[in-house]
Amino acid sequence: MTDPHPDLECRDLTKDYDAFRAVDQVSFDVPQGSFFSILGPSGCGKTTLLRMIAGFQSPSGGDLRIKGKSMIGVPPNKRPVSMVFQHLALFPTMNIGDNVGFGLRQRRVPRAEIRARVESVLERVGLPGVSARRVDQLSGGQKQRVAIARCMVLEPDVLLLDEPLGALDLKLREHMKVELKSLQAAFNTTFVYITHDQSEALVMSDNIAVMNKGRFEQIGSPHDVYHAPTTAFVAGFVGDANRIDARVARVDGRTLTLTAEAGGDIHVEAADTGLRVGEKAQVFLRPEAIALATTGEGQGPNRQRAQVDSVLFNGANSSVTVRADDGSVFKVALPQTGEFAALRRGDTVFTQWDPRQARCYASTGG
Amino acid sequence: MIPTVPQPAFAKWCYRAYVTAFFVYLALPLTVVCVFAFNNSVFPSLPWEGFTLAWFFGTEAPFVGVFNERSILRSIGTSAFVATWVAGLAVAVGTCNAFLFVRHDFRGKSLLYMLMLLPLIIPGVVLGISILVFSSSVANTLEDATGLWFDGLRPGLILVILGQFSFITTFATLVISARLEKFDPSLEEAALNLGASKWGAIRQITLPFLLPAIVASAVVAILMSFENFNTTLMLVGSDSPLTITMFDKLKQGSTPVLNAVSLLLILASATLGLLSLLFQGKKR
Amino acid sequence: MRADASRLGFYLLLAPILLWLVVLIILPHIGLFVVSISEKVGPREYETGFANYAAFFTEPLYWRTFARTAIMSIAATALTLILGFPIAYYIAKLTRGRTKTTLFLMCMIPFWVSELVRTFGWMILLRETGVISNALQSLGLVSGPVELLYNDAAIMVGLVYTSILFMVVPLVTTLDSLDDSLIEAGYDLGASSTAVMREIVIPHAMPGIVSGCIVVFMLSLGNYLTPILLGGKDSLWFTGMIYTQFITRFNWELGSAFGFLLLALSSLVIFVGLKLSRQSLTDTMGRA
Repeated sequence: MTDPHPDLECRDLTKDYDAFRAVDQVSFDVPQGSFFSILGPSGCGKTTLLRMIAGFQSPSGGDLRIKGKSMIGVPPNKRPVSMVFQHLALFPTMNIGDNVGFGLRQRRVPRAEIRARVESVLERVGLPGVSARRVDQLSGGQKQRVAIARCMVLEPDVLLLDEPLGALDLKLREHMKVELKSLQAAFNTTFVYITHDQSEALVMSDNIAVMNKGRFEQIGSPHDVYHAPTTAFVAGFVGDANRIDARVARVDGRTLTLTAEAGGDIHVEAADTGLRVGEKAQVFLRPEAIALATTGEGQGPNRQRAQVDSVLFNGANSSVTVRADDGSVFKVALPQTGEFAALRRGDTVFTQWDPRQARCYASTGG
Repeated sequence: MIPTVPQPAFAKWCYRAYVTAFFVYLALPLTVVCVFAFNNSVFPSLPWEGFTLAWFFGTEAPFVGVFNERSILRSIGTSAFVATWVAGLAVAVGTCNAFLFVRHDFRGKSLLYMLMLLPLIIPGVVLGISILVFSSSVANTLEDATGLWFDGLRPGLILVILGQFSFITTFATLVISARLEKFDPSLEEAALNLGASKWGAIRQITLPFLLPAIVASAVVAILMSFENFNTTLMLVGSDSPLTITMFDKLKQGSTPVLNAVSLLLILASATLGLLSLLFQGKKR
Repeated sequence: MRADASRLGFYLLLAPILLWLVVLIILPHIGLFVVSISEKVGPREYETGFANYAAFFTEPLYWRTFARTAIMSIAATALTLILGFPIAYYIAKLTRGRTKTTLFLMCMIPFWVSELVRTFGWMILLRETGVISNALQSLGLVSGPVELLYNDAAIMVGLVYTSILFMVVPLVTTLDSLDDSLIEAGYDLGASSTAVMREIVIPHAMPGIVSGCIVVFMLSLGNYLTPILLGGKDSLWFTGMIYTQFITRFNWELGSAFGFLLLALSSLVIFVGLKLSRQSLTDTMGRA
C-alpha cells in the first residue's frame, strides 16, 4: 500500500495571462488521504490553480503530477480527479440517481452495477433512497452531499472542492464543515479544498497553503499557520491580529526592543527575524494573547494602561477595543468568565502580553 | 467544446470555417441584391454593364428610377400608412395586455394567455383567409339586412391593418410584458407613498420604465408590417402595399428598379432595427 | 370605492384583449370552419356537408400537395436545426462580449429585411443567367448556363434561409443560460465531447430546440413566396392551392376547407412536438 508518490505534486506551476501572472511558481505535495486547503483572498490565483489541476486551464510552466503521472496535456475528462464546483453544477435535467451515475455511464459500467454503486455511495453520504428525486427537491446541504457523491462514486485519486460552502447560510456552513471533514476521513480520499474563509480551512484541513498574489506564502498545519505564521501576510490574513508598526531599537539575541510609531516600547522574543537596528518592522499580536486586568498591580514587559473604547459582545468571541495612553488601539479578547462582565466604555484597564506571543516581521513597504 | 476544455486544433479550425461559411450564406443574397441595383442593364443579372444610378434617379424608359416610379412610391406610402396604424394599435393593446397579465390574477388567466399566443402558430395565409371569410359574411349579412354598403369589410386597407394587427399584437404583448415583469412594483408604491395618484404613478414611473420596450415593439411592428406578405396577400384590395407591388412586378419579370427599392428597404430596416437596439441598450 | 375602481380598471384592460381575440381570431376561425362545411347548391344557396373535405381526399393532386408540403416543411425544419445549432452554440458558448453581440446582430440584420427581398436575392443568384451559374462557367466547371432555380433544392435553400434566424435566436438564448460549469462538470466526470452534447447540452437546450422547430415548421408550412418564386409556377405548395381557390377560382368553400386542413396539420405537429419534448406552449412560445 505504500505508494512512493504523493497523490498530487506540483512543481513550479505557473500560469500567465496576457499581462499578469495568476499563479507564480507554486510547488507543493499532497500525500494520500489528506485534506489540503488552499486559503487566500479572492483574486489570489487559487481558483486558477484548482482549475489547472482539474484540467480547465493549461499551465504556462511547471509540472503537475497525480500519483506520479504528469497531467500536462491530459484533457479534463481523462484525469483521475473530480471536482465539486462552486455552485455544485448538478445537472438539472437529470434526477439524483442519473447525476450520481453520470460518470459511471461514461465508463460504460453495466446498468445494474451503476444502480448498486449509486445507491451505496448515496447511503455513504447519508442520503439513501433519493435517486428518483429531482435536483430542485433537495435542500442546500443535501445537494452538497449529492455533488460529493457524484464525484466519489468514481473513486478519484484527488477530489477538488471549489468553495462549495460559499452559497450556504451560516448555520448550515458550520455543520457542513464538520461533515465534510468526516466524509473525507470515511472515504480516505485526498481532498484539495480552496476557500477564502479561514475558519473553513482551519477546521477541516490537515495542511493549509496560504496563497497571496499567485504565490504560496506558507504551507503548514492549521496550528502552525495560526500560531507560527512565517510572513506578515499570513499573520494578518489568518485569524484576527493587532498590527503595530514599529522601528527596531535594540537587538539582543532573540529579544528585540522596538519603538512603536505611536510611541512606547515593545518587547518581542523571536528567532531569525533578520531584523537589524533602525529597520522598520510590523508586530502582530493576537487578541487572545493579550491579558486584561482591571487593576494596575504586577510587573512585566509590554504592560500598558488603556481606556475601553467599545465593548463588542459576541458570545464566546466577545472582545473589547482599548485605546492605550499613547493613542494606539488594540483589540483584546474578552474572556466570558464573568470577571469583566461589568466593563463599560471609558473604564480604565491594564493590558499585558508575553513577548513570546507576538510575531515580528520586516516591513514590506506597505 | 467550451474555451476551457482543450480541443484539437483541426476541429477548432473546421468549426470556424463552418461559421464563416454560414455568415457568407447569410450575406450573399442581400449583397447581390444591393450590387445589382447599380448595374447599367435592364436585367438584374450578369454581365456587369457598368455602374449607374439610373435605377434610383432615372427618368426615361426603360431606366425609370425608384424616385420617379409612381406605382412604387404610392405603395411605399400605403405601406407606411398601414404600418403606422398597425404599430399604434398593436402597442396600445400590447401595453394593456402586459398590465393585465403581469399585474392581475383572474380565473382563466392561463387560458387567455394561451389564446393570446395562438396567432403565433396560425399560418399567416390561414389568418388572412379566416378574416376575409368572416368579414365578408358579416358584410353580406349587414348588407342584406340594411341594404347599405359596407366597403370597410371588403378586401382593402382596413382589413389589411386588422389582419396584421391580429398577430403583431402578440409580439408587442410579449416584449412589453417581459419588461414590465422586471419592473420593481415598490417604485410605484414609493410614488403613491409620496402622494402621487394611481394613474399619476403609472404615467410618471411605470410608463417611462416601459418606454424602451414600447419603442422596440413599435419598431418591430413597423418592420413586420412592412415585410408581411402572406396575410396581406389575402386581404389586399386595390391599394397594394409595397411587398405586394414588388411581388407583382417580380412575377412580370424583374428589373433593377426592384434592386434599388430593395436596397432602400434594407438600409431603412437595418437602420431602424439598429436604432431600436441602441435605444434599448442605452436605457437598460 | 377603491375596489370598484380597480375592478373597473381590470375590465378596461380586459376589453381590448377580448375584442382582439374574439373578433379577429376566434370568430373568424369559427366562420372559416362553417364555410368549409358548406356546399354550394345554387347561387347564394348552401347546404351543410363535408363535400369539400371529401374533394380533398378524393383528388390526388390536393392531398399529394398537402403531404408534399408537410414533408418538405419537416425536412426544412430538420435541416435548419442541424445547420443552426452549431452557429447558436458558437455564438452562445465560444464568443464573448463584443464579438458575441456583433455575430448576433449579423444574424439578425437579414431578417429585418422583407422576405421578398431575400427571395429576390436568391433568384438573382440561382437563375440561369445568375451569379452562381456565371461563376461556375468562368471557373470552367460547367460548359453552358445552368438553371439552379425552379427545383426542390432551391425551395429548400430558400426555406432554410428564411427561417434560420427563428432557430438561432431561441437556441442562443437557451444555450446562453447553460452554465459553463455544467459542461465542465460533465468533462470532469469523464464524459467525451459527444456525451456532454448528448447528455447535458441538448437536454438543456430542448425548450429552445422545440420552440425553434415549431416556429420554423410553421413558417415553412405557411410560406407562399419562397415556393412560388424559387420553385416556379408548378411548385405545388399547399398555400398556393389555398390562394388559387380563393382568388383565382373564387371557390371559398373548398379554399376554407384547405385552410382548415393546413391549420389542423400545423396544430397537430406542434401538439406532438410539445408532447414528445414534455414542453408547454406557454413555456416555449412565451419566451420568444
